[in-house]
Amino acid sequence: MTATAPGNPATPVSQPPAADEPMARIEGRAKVTGTAPYAYEHPTTEPLYLHPVLSTVARGRVTAVHTGDAEQLDGVRAVLTSKNAPRLADTSDLEFAVLQSDEVTFHGQIVAAVAADSPETAREAAALVRVDYEERPHDVILRSDHQDLYTPGEAVAGAAPDSHQGDTDTALARSVVLVDQTYRTPREYNNPMEPHSTVAFWETLPERLTLYDSTQGAHTVRATMATVFGLPEENVRVIAPHVGGGFGSKGAAKAHNVLVGLAARALPGRTVKLALTRRHMFSLTGYRPPTIQRIRLGADTEGRLEALVHDVTELTSRTKEYAEMSGLSSRMMYAAPDRTTSHRLTALDVPVPFWMRAPGEAPGMFALESAMDELAVACGVDPVELRVRNDPGADPQTGRPWSGRHLVQCLREGAERFGWQGRDPVPGHHRDGAWLVGTGVASAVYPRLTSPGSAAEIEYGADGRYTVSIGAADIGTGAWTVLTQISAEALGCPVDRVTLRIGDSDLPRATVAGGSSGTSSWGTAVHAAARAFRGEHGADPRPGARTRAEAPENPDLERYAMYSFGAHFAEVRVHADTGEVRVPRMLGVYSVGRVINPRTARSQLVGGMVMGLSMALHEQGVVDPRFGNVVNGDLAGYHVAANADVGEVEAHWLEESDPHLNPMGAAGVGEIGIVGTAAAIANAAHHATGVRVRELPLTPDRFLR
Amino acid sequence: MDTTITLHVDGAEHTLTVDTRTTLLDALRDRLGVTSPKKGCDHGQCGSCTVLLGDRRILACLALAVAHDGARVTTAAGLAPDGELHPLARAMVDHDGFQCGYCTPGQVCSAVGMLAEAEAGWPSHATRDLTAATELDDAEIRERMSGNLCRCGAYPNIVAAIREVSR
Ligand code: FES
Ligand code: FES
Repeated sequence: MTATAPGNPATPVSQPPAADEPMARIEGRAKVTGTAPYAYEHPTTEPLYLHPVLSTVARGRVTAVHTGDAEQLDGVRAVLTSKNAPRLADTSDLEFAVLQSDEVTFHGQIVAAVAADSPETAREAAALVRVDYEERPHDVILRSDHQDLYTPGEAVAGAAPDSHQGDTDTALARSVVLVDQTYRTPREYNNPMEPHSTVAFWETLPERLTLYDSTQGAHTVRATMATVFGLPEENVRVIAPHVGGGFGSKGAAKAHNVLVGLAARALPGRTVKLALTRRHMFSLTGYRPPTIQRIRLGADTEGRLEALVHDVTELTSRTKEYAEMSGLSSRMMYAAPDRTTSHRLTALDVPVPFWMRAPGEAPGMFALESAMDELAVACGVDPVELRVRNDPGADPQTGRPWSGRHLVQCLREGAERFGWQGRDPVPGHHRDGAWLVGTGVASAVYPRLTSPGSAAEIEYGADGRYTVSIGAADIGTGAWTVLTQISAEALGCPVDRVTLRIGDSDLPRATVAGGSSGTSSWGTAVHAAARAFRGEHGADPRPGARTRAEAPENPDLERYAMYSFGAHFAEVRVHADTGEVRVPRMLGVYSVGRVINPRTARSQLVGGMVMGLSMALHEQGVVDPRFGNVVNGDLAGYHVAANADVGEVEAHWLEESDPHLNPMGAAGVGEIGIVGTAAAIANAAHHATGVRVRELPLTPDRFLR
Repeated sequence: MDTTITLHVDGAEHTLTVDTRTTLLDALRDRLGVTSPKKGCDHGQCGSCTVLLGDRRILACLALAVAHDGARVTTAAGLAPDGELHPLARAMVDHDGFQCGYCTPGQVCSAVGMLAEAEAGWPSHATRDLTAATELDDAEIRERMSGNLCRCGAYPNIVAAIREVSR
């Protein structure tokens, strides 16, 4: 591989390679000592602490808020309710219409908040606020036969909700081998380790709002806050240099951002700090909605797909519409000539669902790749070979050529590395003491997304350094490091001559760190700025030389189908007496374009696989239908994988570069690691036990019969 | 009710007045501005707030400040007093044992405390022979570090970092 990206005329050949190096994180020292400041930790003087009061009914109306006891506490500065909270300029988005009416549309909605001099006082006062409700009947449980199912519009779905190619009914009726099964995934929570936190300061004359926020997109939050509060965007500033994970849940403003803005506006001149508790996060910061997915596969006896139908039923909230597009990957994954997909939603009295790592692909590929495993068993074809046989030469959905489809290589290399060869396909055949042992495989896919609209600025300083500025976010991805490497490569200078500035909406506009699009979107802007800078100022700029440029449009986005692929392999052990499931070994091989920093990329891929293991074995938000709340809303009840749950995890990738994607040739790697993992584990558990579990998570009870 | 206490944090002495309900974690973060220990759950469920009390690892969110008058607390920031990273912290950087970094100061303190526990011969659920000297294999490290959640899933690299330092 070369260190020089295509389309980068500014890179002199003699420079040391800036990218493709496993450079250690530039903020590493700050993170291991705990001195990198996260949102809540920015120094303030005499701040106020905000604590919200959440609704205890799922649907109804607040008839009275009794604030007297709270207000009498020493140190309480304000108790905000829908009666006294400042009015917002725009309440069209109900998620953001915080304290603007007495309507309650889900359990855990903000119905009041206390600002006090100390966190203890704020919390105590919040507990003293009594709220009366007029309760109405609610509906919080997803059912496939719900009478209010509807087809989401293309705007909210981000793609056509349904697709039809060929005549699947006829094809299914003709097929010799048929799989017709329904798969279920539960409500899942992102649970980044840093709870969503915001520190706000409101100035008057002119009105300005500054937020230190835990967000994946400073500009995204700025835009929402400006709209909701009726401020010009330039009067809102959002700062987020370090973010303690997000996995999608910090990809947009949330109700708590508006709440802290309201409190700051009600108390101008005082800084207001809000750190949501872990429990608050279970109703205020989004979640992956539960899914019910019916998959029908028709194939010949060799396992060649003739028809593929993927029908998805999901919930959304009455407060705000969100569609988890779980069937999209079934449109392009395999070469079935006849394919149908559909998405149906029902709007319930539940908190607002939102992005969680690989939204759509993660639950959708659990279903599809479980069904493919069932087909392999039904046909007596090796599951690796089955996928190879159904690999399409061009995108079956659009007919476009792939910018690079290397799933087959991933499967082959993974099989080789994992030791798949010679696997006895018969389930329940391998036992090690009390443990039933099996192996499984699944494919992964994630689109190579680039979001339009990022810009970057480069300035040359008297100290001989280039300062590269872009309002990007590092939520643990390695953006601090990778953007430094990309900058150095684009400018043709060593990495130690680049000073990167990110995490501030006062910097040039950057799109959100989501959809594995950050590196591609921001890196494209940095390359454009570097090219423009060299064009204007040459290779030997004078100090103070400065250039700003927008990421150009990429015509290849319309010409090629751009996807990353992966092959997951897992070894699973299921205890014959207790049903306990262990995953001693996972291995993934990925095709993700060029890998700019092997160290941080590997961490992201491994991290995705670990979250996939967690999804497979543990994660499930349990809803009480009587009250509409999540009963296990903390880290004791909602299990995420701990260290001892995770065994050997290996991530590998193919040496390649995608010349059509961006000047770096590199795709993001934040999501693909989670995509096929749960299916690989469930398939391995079937191989170990003969028990096919079609509903996540794979808790021990499912294996005891 | 307020009480005045003294805390020695990372070598510096602080006298401060705290609400008797104030946790050690909030005293550090909100009163003293020592934000190296993180708050991930406030309920003893995640380990982000792990600090060393003497050489023992504790969860600062489960400790009341008023009960720790005179205590000597070391955070991950204090493990590098002269700007030299602690070997464990160094190994975490070298092995990329973190991503977002939010659980990391807790992981570092926990690992330092854990190594001392193993050194002292404390067994764990993963210990097979209670009579032999503790050998910190990967299963032991994973078990002993399972009080520190990492949602970024950096566990394999955390184990590698600890393994290197424990040798
Ligand atoms: S914050 Fe103390 S254990 Fe989570
Ligand atoms: S590094 Fe992000 S939670 Fe551990």
